Amino acid sequence: MSDRAMIQIEKVSKFYGIYMALDDVSLSIGEGEFFSLLGPSGCGKTTLLRSIAGFETPTAGEIYIDGVPSLALPPNKRPTNMVFQSYAIFPHLDVAENVAYGLKRLKLSPEEEKKRVGDALDMVRLSGLGQRKAHELSGGQRQRVALARALVMRPKVLLLDEPLSALDKKLREEMQVELRTLQKAVGITFILVTHDQYEALALSDRIAVMFGGRIAQIASPKEIYQRPRTRKVADFLGGMNFLNAKVLGEQANAVSVDAARFGAVNLVKPQGFAAASGHVTVGIRPERLRLLWDDDRAPHELTGRIENRAYFGEVTHLTVGIDGLEQPLSMVETNNFGADDLPVGAEIRLAYDPDAFVLLAEDPPVSRV
Amino acid sequence: MTAAAFGAVAETPSPPRRRAWMRSEEARGLAMVSPTFLYALALLFLPVLIVIAYSFWTQNYLDIDRTFTLENYRQALTEPIYRDLFVRSLWISLTVSIVTVVFSYPVAWFISFHGGVHKNLWLFLVTVPCWTSYLLRVMSWKIILGYGGVMNTGLISMGLIDKPVTSLLYNSNAVVITLVHSWAAFAILPIYVSLQKVDRTLIEAARDLGDSRVRAFFRVTLPLSLPGVISAFLIVMIPTVGDYVTPRLVGGKDGVMIATAIQAQFGKGANWPLGAALSVTTMILVSLAAAAVVLALKFTVRRIK
Ligand SMILES: Nc1ncnc2c1ncn2[C@@H]1O[C@H](COP(=O)(O)OP(=O)(O)OP(=O)(O)O)[C@@H](O)[C@H]1O
Ligand SMILES: [Mg+2]
Repeated sequence: MSDRAMIQIEKVSKFYGIYMALDDVSLSIGEGEFFSLLGPSGCGKTTLLRSIAGFETPTAGEIYIDGVPSLALPPNKRPTNMVFQSYAIFPHLDVAENVAYGLKRLKLSPEEEKKRVGDALDMVRLSGLGQRKAHELSGGQRQRVALARALVMRPKVLLLDEPLSALDKKLREEMQVELRTLQKAVGITFILVTHDQYEALALSDRIAVMFGGRIAQIASPKEIYQRPRTRKVADFLGGMNFLNAKVLGEQANAVSVDAARFGAVNLVKPQGFAAASGHVTVGIRPERLRLLWDDDRAPHELTGRIENRAYFGEVTHLTVGIDGLEQPLSMVETNNFGADDLPVGAEIRLAYDPDAFVLLAEDPPVSRV
Repeated sequence: MTAAAFGAVAETPSPPRRRAWMRSEEARGLAMVSPTFLYALALLFLPVLIVIAYSFWTQNYLDIDRTFTLENYRQALTEPIYRDLFVRSLWISLTVSIVTVVFSYPVAWFISFHGGVHKNLWLFLVTVPCWTSYLLRVMSWKIILGYGGVMNTGLISMGLIDKPVTSLLYNSNAVVITLVHSWAAFAILPIYVSLQKVDRTLIEAARDLGDSRVRAFFRVTLPLSLPGVISAFLIVMIPTVGDYVTPRLVGGKDGVMIATAIQAQFGKGANWPLGAALSVTTMILVSLAAAAVVLALKFTVRRIK
């Protein structure tokens, strides 16, 4: 992965009639990067991906692919290839012919073509299935054919539109590992569209979270999970306990707030932070709260009562009511110590780390027509 | 003893199996189509069987001699007049079906890909000509192509010709033009249906893999719509071989087709067996021609890489 930008998207907007599917999107994706577009249904992920591929023409802005302004180029003239959500395997061709489809234009010698098809099928572990027709393949196999068909073209950028969403959980997890390995092996820029936050976290070098046609945040998986910029981003990436806190003081790059029963907490100050009303939203992830057993002691403790309990196998989700807090807290406990046996109504103590709180900016107002 | 035991074992599962079959989808399907099937059997197969039987008999004035003979087929296949008529009929129907499919495909493609929300309106418009009687449509072509017809007066007023062209009407071209117009709707519909079934992402995938619009059409859209093209072909070709009305009205002397000869044998000629032999030969020839065309189409499309 180098620092050279492979894709540069500059101020791209897309209207469908008066409906704004993309709202002034700008981002830059590096060469060899595994980049994910994450967001809820209808936020414009597919529209952005299809604009890069050349199937949609943005209303405004420009897209540079490897430095070339590309909006005027048709899909067949762009160094990108796409894995479609439905896989789009040609039903009238067999697997090998599907993979060779794009090579025909290159006028390779028959041996060279055969070799490249064979290599591509090996890469996705489909060797030996070359003569099968599309309808004789399982979902996972189709997905691999679609991958091989795109990779055999040696594109500069591979675009994947929810490639794993049609697979069952087990196969999906297997394919995730495979995708990541494959990307490392070929070193091509991958852009993955997904609405599954775990998939994005597990696979990507960087993630862009989108809401309503806008980019809310771009960061590495760890940063975006631990330091989400807004409440919506935090919420989309997993559970989060939100608290209303009063600003006590502001320093150059820190803010101290009074987080109700959690007491005074020092927080990293996000860029462009301005606490207009003197009140802010802070958050803490459920797994950052920890149950305390019998003699356990912690520097920061709270007592509460279990209001609800949900068993998830390896973990138990607890909802804990705390006097003086408007909302009960969610927490996640591993089941090693018997959290799954705690009865609803039990009095418990919990520990927290004041450094685990994040300050969340206001979400921009929804500007859709 | 063992045999009896086996017999008993073999016997027992059959009643439940039969009951299961009666409840199966297949049985229900057969029950559903059986009235239509019997109707078709009675009105289609029986007459055909009778025609085939007649073709092996001989007629002496009003009596039918039922001894088996191949004399009728010998006449049908060797008499130059019939041979010419067969060749012309096949030729005309082949030309008509090719021209019809070639003209219908773009129309069907346009409706399917660019019809937008008005697809049904377009399809409705396509079927409008079929609302008037077949006879009227053929007659109207007479008016268009005739000596003082729309075509000639139009061309004269545009200054392209200075006296009416007589070669428009009463020949095989007139038959082809009229038949193409009559059958276009029947070709457009099956092609449209198969184009509708083509998954649009497949075309995008082709474009993504480097095909221009035209190449993507020939490599994906066309092969996937081939079933529609083939049915359009058959729908047009099979009935036009034996068409009687159009050649009669606009074909003149040069546009006579085999149906006229068959009609003559069953009517004035009073030679039913020869008429029957001509009919059966027509059926066989058109089946062979259709099969050849279907194979040729499939082969050509498979060669497109
Ligand atoms: N051709 C179109 N005409 C009108 N509106 C469209 C069109 N395509 C997409 N949209 C709208 O644009 C918005 C963004 O669509 P897009 O397909 O990019 O969403 P997405 O983020 O990919 O969602 P999903 O996760 O459901 O696939 C949606 O609200 C959708 O209704
Ligand atoms: Mg989508």
